[in-house]
Parts: sequence; structure tokens; C-alpha cells
Amino acid sequence: MNDPRNGETPMQRERAQTIYEKSKTGRRAATLPAAEVPERPLEELIPAELLRAEPPRLPEVAEPEIVRHYNRLSRRNFDLDTGFYPLGSCTMKHNPRLNERVAALPGHARLHPAQDPRRAQGALELMWLLQESLSEICGLPHVSLQPSAGSHGELAGLLLTRAFHADRGEERTKVLAPDTSHGTNPASVTMAGYEVVKVATNERGGVEMDDLRAKISEDPDQVACLMLTNPNTLGLFDENIAEIAALIHEAGGTLYYDGANLNAVMGHSRPGDMGFDIVHVNLHKSFSQPHGGGGPGAGPIAVSERIEPFLPRPQVVRRESDNGDGPVFDLDLDRPKSIGRLRGFQGNFGVFVRSYAYILSLGADGLAEASETAVLNANYLKARLAEGRAGERLPIAFNRHCMHEFVLSGKPMKKELGLATLDLAKRLLDYGFHPPTVYFPLLVEEALMIEPTETETKESLDAFAEAIEQILTEAEEDPEIAKSAPYTTPVRRLDEVKATRRPVVRQPLG
Amino acid sequence: MLAAIGVDSVDDLFGQVPKPLRLGKPLALPEGKGEAEVFERLSALAARNADAEEQVCFLGAGMYDHYVPAIVDAITQRSEFLTPYTPYQPEISQGGLQVMFEFQTAMSELTGLPISNAGLYEGPSSIASAGYLAMAATKRSQFVVSRGLHPHSRETLETYAVGYGAEVIEVGLKDGATDAEALAAAVDGETAAVFLQSPNFLGAIERVEALGTAAKEHGALLVVACDPMTLGVLKPPGEQGADIALGEGQPLGNRLDFGGPSFGFFCATQEQIRRMPGRIAGETDDADGRRGFVLALQTREQHIRREKATHNICTAQALNALAAMVHLAWLGREGYLELGELLVRRTAYARERLAEVRGVELLHDAPVAREFAVKLEAPVDKVLEFCAKEGFAAGYALARDYPEFENGLLVAITERRTKAEIDRLAELLGDAVFHAGATGYAPLADAEQAR
Repeated sequence: MNDPRNGETPMQRERAQTIYEKSKTGRRAATLPAAEVPERPLEELIPAELLRAEPPRLPEVAEPEIVRHYNRLSRRNFDLDTGFYPLGSCTMKHNPRLNERVAALPGHARLHPAQDPRRAQGALELMWLLQESLSEICGLPHVSLQPSAGSHGELAGLLLTRAFHADRGEERTKVLAPDTSHGTNPASVTMAGYEVVKVATNERGGVEMDDLRAKISEDPDQVACLMLTNPNTLGLFDENIAEIAALIHEAGGTLYYDGANLNAVMGHSRPGDMGFDIVHVNLHKSFSQPHGGGGPGAGPIAVSERIEPFLPRPQVVRRESDNGDGPVFDLDLDRPKSIGRLRGFQGNFGVFVRSYAYILSLGADGLAEASETAVLNANYLKARLAEGRAGERLPIAFNRHCMHEFVLSGKPMKKELGLATLDLAKRLLDYGFHPPTVYFPLLVEEALMIEPTETETKESLDAFAEAIEQILTEAEEDPEIAKSAPYTTPVRRLDEVKATRRPVVRQPLG
Repeated sequence: MLAAIGVDSVDDLFGQVPKPLRLGKPLALPEGKGEAEVFERLSALAARNADAEEQVCFLGAGMYDHYVPAIVDAITQRSEFLTPYTPYQPEISQGGLQVMFEFQTAMSELTGLPISNAGLYEGPSSIASAGYLAMAATKRSQFVVSRGLHPHSRETLETYAVGYGAEVIEVGLKDGATDAEALAAAVDGETAAVFLQSPNFLGAIERVEALGTAAKEHGALLVVACDPMTLGVLKPPGEQGADIALGEGQPLGNRLDFGGPSFGFFCATQEQIRRMPGRIAGETDDADGRRGFVLALQTREQHIRREKATHNICTAQALNALAAMVHLAWLGREGYLELGELLVRRTAYARERLAEVRGVELLHDAPVAREFAVKLEAPVDKVLEFCAKEGFAAGYALARDYPEFENGLLVAITERRTKAEIDRLAELLGDAVFHAGATGYAPLADAEQAR
């Protein structure tokens, strides 16, 4: 690349302007239906003191300008359909467009959630089929689709744990989680009213067994649960999982599986067979629901027999009809031991449609192959990045075969070139790549967590490895280039501290 | 690729999974199918649902059959909005971050409160999130909740409260609205928050300001759930003393989708900004002084603060919030107001029209905006079945959630429900009550006479 520090790009010259700043009094897009009924003054219908004096200052813009505004904004986003997105633990795999088409069918999209179950049999059957599929994939007999995302599933799992223990007349206070766990794990623990106990990581990247034993034996009666991701956030499968499960179960706790990394093991190994009691599945990761720039997702949970009585209500159930007309699907609200609802209605049904379409498309073989390819791609990219400058400056944190992702440390790069992981990430933007997850997991210094997924070709993995090599080469000559990167993005490095110290979180309107 | 890795087969890579834990057989799922086959299979399932194209939909109860303008689909289906992750790299996420900022501005305008987040999962769980905030803000752990709150919201709050350790006290309704005396008596120095919904589940517009004085007197937060389609005409919660205004966002730009995905909105006073749940976009500058947007106040969030975070939420509903923003821009200042007025007038017409039907009477006389409740002189299930056979989803049976309103029916109006459909509903309900009554379920002697 030529010296990038020259001039503004056309998009940089186009300064950000909000839709409110494009507003002109009297402009509009919508034409509404005529009232058709008497246009009585509102004061006749609603007491004046309950009416609003001034309408909210929404923008006044005609349709062509609205379309243009949001299309322009869209061009200021990088997205998965444009380029490689190796964001660790996020599973940025291709989102098949068929799924959008079937989700938009009126029978799905315009189905009211309070429709009589007898007139929503297709929707309930779809939910039941998805439950059955996830049950098989997780190796656990029961599934609730209700949680809205992974962290919601975690909260559900902890509330289930509390109910399970309460049912046995126990109240436990501690939840164990490795120091490599996702941030949502400890946050969910606090929200569910438990205390987090951190468990150390051993030299092979798994749970440090002595520390686990010590933490349990401090007060085994207080151990409610161990939350684990397997493979963990280092991309490594914990070989001691059977022993871990035995220790937790012996203490009377439940074992919770954070399914963020399920994409590594579909059709190869099942959390239920590993001894887990509760699993959440991120449909927006392993099951191809588009991430939408931060949702929507869905976080169904699969559970063992002993947890089932406590599942949220309603549950989708299948019953044989009395008249021999085949099965009937229903919403079961009569669940006396249930923890109750976690949200309104039945969950993110539109996401269920997409994920069920994905499972149907891939089938048993396809899902297993997806995981194989995800693991192959990760190990190939890991091998490529063990060569050349990357191998020297960005060593692998735990040097063994990985599963679907791996973690590099930028510590030598920082020491030898003065380049922080953040600088490398920002320079990657100029090369047209989304950077990996950075500074996570916390126990790896200057961490880069890389998950290529199965839907990338060898060519894109090679191109990414070559970009890293080039950035490191460039930094040997002039580290200042990366330190001030990016240069070609719609805006350059942003002042995040200012946005937190003196937050401006809405447009002031005159 | 295997050679570069230095293994003979992909199987070797799975060597780290202990043998006994390997599945060793295919999953018991069908073989994969081609695109056309999957489309047909899903279409066949969809065809077995009576959606709002097949039935005239007077169902509401928190989600409404509004018209979603075509530009919402066009913009939300753009891959640049559809396929990115949460904007952790702001330099290449300016589009999504600016949408959040615009959305926050819109929700702040609607609710009359200065701070909005970029959205939560949906309505009822947002109520539970407000409870968590209120506990942190007041160091108290008791909630006083109106029975006018959506039953799903009340139940969700109870579910969460068991976890974070709060007690929920319910206050009943009187003439369709929250019983003011009972509320005042329930609130004291232990109360962390008072929860109201307006319009409430029965459609009644609550006197939020008056009800909220009890909360103010005792230093509790006032949390008000509201319907974002009514805030063009109804006094916003922020002008009635609410500390938090929140609700189900589906009416704005989101389809019914059998209940989700939609989004929850969550607005609050300036005082609560550092206790807010969820993502918040903020304005800042880049290295050259250009205006830009980032995730602000991330020190509240789980990925930074872990067990000390203000909430556990990560993936939320960004695309659904975009749909809402585009819908609001399409309506614009005038259109949004007009739509609110249209709903109020058609609802008033429908309410009066139905009240004239023999065997149908109003459940309450409180003012309403877009939904109202009636009482039928016949078993509501039979009436609903009769209407369904005529192609009408006549409303939501209240008895499931409110046993005290046996044969109560909640009827919702949107701009899609025409005068002709409302008139037809009135006829149908009359017929249905007559038929259900005639089969011996209700004393309707004079209905028969009227025929």
C-alpha cells in the first residue's frame, strides 16, 4: 500500500448528518387512510389533561430522502456479506437468504401471537420440530425456546438452578465460572442473585482441576452451578469435562453449558453426553440467524430430565388427538413448578423459522460437516499465522490443535514493535477485514480471538493471513502507520472516552 | 489445508474430544434438503396458520396488526444492516451506530424523557430490567405493581424477582383503572418502584401523574409502560413524573411474527444514565475532528464490568429498532400524530358501536386510545369460535389472565381495521352471543325476543 496518510476519502468528506438535521417542516412520506368515522375533537374522547400538548419532534422527510439517508448510512457499515468477519465467539457464518424468504411468509410474519393455538398449528409444529432438533443436537431431552438471546438463556439456566435446588429444600449461593468465561456469564450470575467464584485455567487452557476442587471443597453445599463453555473461549476442548461434571454433580450443583461455541461440535459431541444439565444455544451464531448489527437473536435452552419440571411456561407440546386425526400442538401453561415467564408470548418466532430452515437445509450430515469445516478452517488459519512474522510477533496463546477458534497474543508485537493489538485491529480495517475479537479472553495479554467459521474459503483465510503479514512488515519499517490507523474508513479512530465522560446520547432539537 | 496444519485428517483435529464423548454416529435428524424443498416444507407449515391476511385481526394485548411500510423491509433487508455484529469496531459501524443515536432521539421524544437506550429484547423483560435498575438506584427491594400491567409483564417481573431477590406487591383495578387508594396504601419507604401501564391491559388510560405521587412521596421510582403508537396524542410519561418509560416496541415497524422478534424501548431521567441496561450510542469526534458515533458508557456493560455490570444483555434487537426508526421517519411528525388520532377516533367508534350490540356491554368506562374491553353475555370461547368461522379474530379473551372478567373480551384497533370491518365485527358479535346463548350457555331470553 502507498502511504495512507494522504487526504480525505470521499466518504470521509461526507460528514455525518442525522435524519433530524434533514428535516423540513411540512415534508412527509406517509399517507394514512381516511378516518371513515366522525372526526370528533380528541378532547371529547379523552380528558384534556391526559392529552399531549406538543407532538414529538419526529423528522419531517419525504420518502426518497428517507431511503437515501438510510442507504447512505448502510454504506458506512462493514458487514458479513461484504467481507471476512473473524470475530471470535461470535460465529459470523453466512446467513442464507432462503431463511429471510420463509420468515417473511404471511403465515409466519402476520401471525398474531395470541392466535388460538388451534389456528396456529403450523407455527406450533415448527417450534416443536425445532425443539426436537435442538434436543438431538444437544443430547438433552427437553427444550424451551423462550429465551431471547444467549444471556437471557444464561439467566434462565440460573433461575432453573435456583428452582431445582429450592424444590429440594436447598438454597445455594455460589456459581463457579472459569476466568476465561464470556462477560455475560458473571453478569447473569449477579442478576440471578448468586455470587461468582472464579476458577483458574491450567497450562493447557482448560479448567485448573486443583483450583476447581479447592473452590468446591471450600463449601460444597453452597455450590449452585458451574458455567462452562466447551470448547472454551480459547477454542480448546476441555479434556477433563467428564471429571468436572462428576465433581459438580457430587457437590449437588448443576452444570451449565454456554452454547456460544456449539458451532465446533455439532454432530460430533453433545453437551448432554458430556454431563451438562442446561445448555443455551445461540440461534444467531450456530444456526445462521443474521446478527442484525446487534440482534435479534434467540437463546433456546435444552435441559436434562431433572430440570424439566422447572422450564419456563408456556411450553410447546405435542399431543395425539382424540379422534385419530394425527398430532395436535398446543401451548402448555399448566406447569406448577415452572420458573414462570421470561418474556412476553412465545419467544422470537421469526428467528425460529430461520434456524429451522437452516437445520432442514443442512440435515444431520450437513451440520456435522459444518463443524468439521469450521474446525478445519480455524486450524488452517492458525497454521498460516504460525508462519513468518505473525508466528514471531503474535504467538498462539496455547499451542495445541484448536477447535473452531483460537487465541493469539500480541504481547511480543507490542514489546518489539510498539504496536498494541488495538492498532493491528484498526489497521486491518484499512485492508478490508473485520478484526478478530480483541482483548478477550482476559487471561491472554493483548489477545486476538479468531473464529473464521465454515463458510469461508481457503482464499479468504490466505488473504487474511497475508494482510497480517503485511501489517507487521509495514510496522517494522514505520509503526506509526498502524498506530494512527484506520485511514480509509468513513471516520477515523474515535474518541470513546469523551463519549463516556460527557455522554451525548440524543440529538438536541430546537 | 491438512498438510499446512500437519495432520492426516479432520478427525485428528477432533482428537482433543475424549473418545467416550464423541457421538460416533449421525445425529437423528433428516438428511439435508435443497432450497426449493425447504421452501415448500416451510410454506406448508405457514399455510396452517390463520394469519392476519386470512382473518380480520382485532387481537392486540400488546402486539398489533399495523401496516409496515415497504421501505422498512427494503432498508432492514440491506445486508449492511442485516449481517453485521454488534458495533464493537465503531469506525466501520457508523451506519448502525448512527441509527441507534437517531432511534434514541426518537424514543426520547416519544416518552418525554432525556435518555434512551438502543433497545432491549421486548416489552415484559424490559419491565424486569427496570426492576433491577430500581433496586440498584434505591437500595430497596419491593415493587408495587398495578394489575393493569400486561399479565406477561407481571409474570416476567415475578420470575426475575425470585433471582435478584425482590418482592412484588400487586394493586388491583377499580372501574378498569388502577385503584388509587390501594396503590397509595401499598407504597411506603420500602418501595423501590411503582409500576404502571398506560393505556393499561384493559385499554384504559391511567392517571399516571396522580397515581405517581405516592411513589414520589416515598422516594420510589415511577416506572410506566406505554404503547409507542399512542404517544402522539397521549401525554408522555416523562411529563407525568415517570422516572422510567418503557414498553413493547412491536407496533413501530415490526411485524407480528407470532410474538417476536420485536424490541423493548427503555427511557429514563438523566439521573439513571449510568444505571441503564443495554447498548447506548453516543456522539463523539474522530482523530481529525469529524463527527462520529460510538457505544457510550460501555463501563456499565457485561463485556467490561462482568459481575458488576448493570445488566447481562449482549445481543439485543438492533435490526428491530432500525425498523422502528424507519417507520417513525416514514410517518414523520405529522403522520405520527395523525395515526394516533385515527386510532383514538376509530377506537371510540368501535367501542360505541359494540356497546350498542345486545349482549355486549362495556367492561369499564375509563377513557381509551386504541383498545377497549367488553363483557359478553355468552361464553367468550364460543363467541370467538363463531367469529373465527366467519373469518374474524374478534379479540383476546380476558379470563385466562383475569378470572374476575369471565367472558371479557379485549378488542384492538389499528389503521388497518376499517369502518366496514368494525361494523361487521359488531354484527358478528351480536349473532355470536345470540347463538352461544341460544344453546343454553347464557340467559339471553330478550336476545331471542329481539330476533
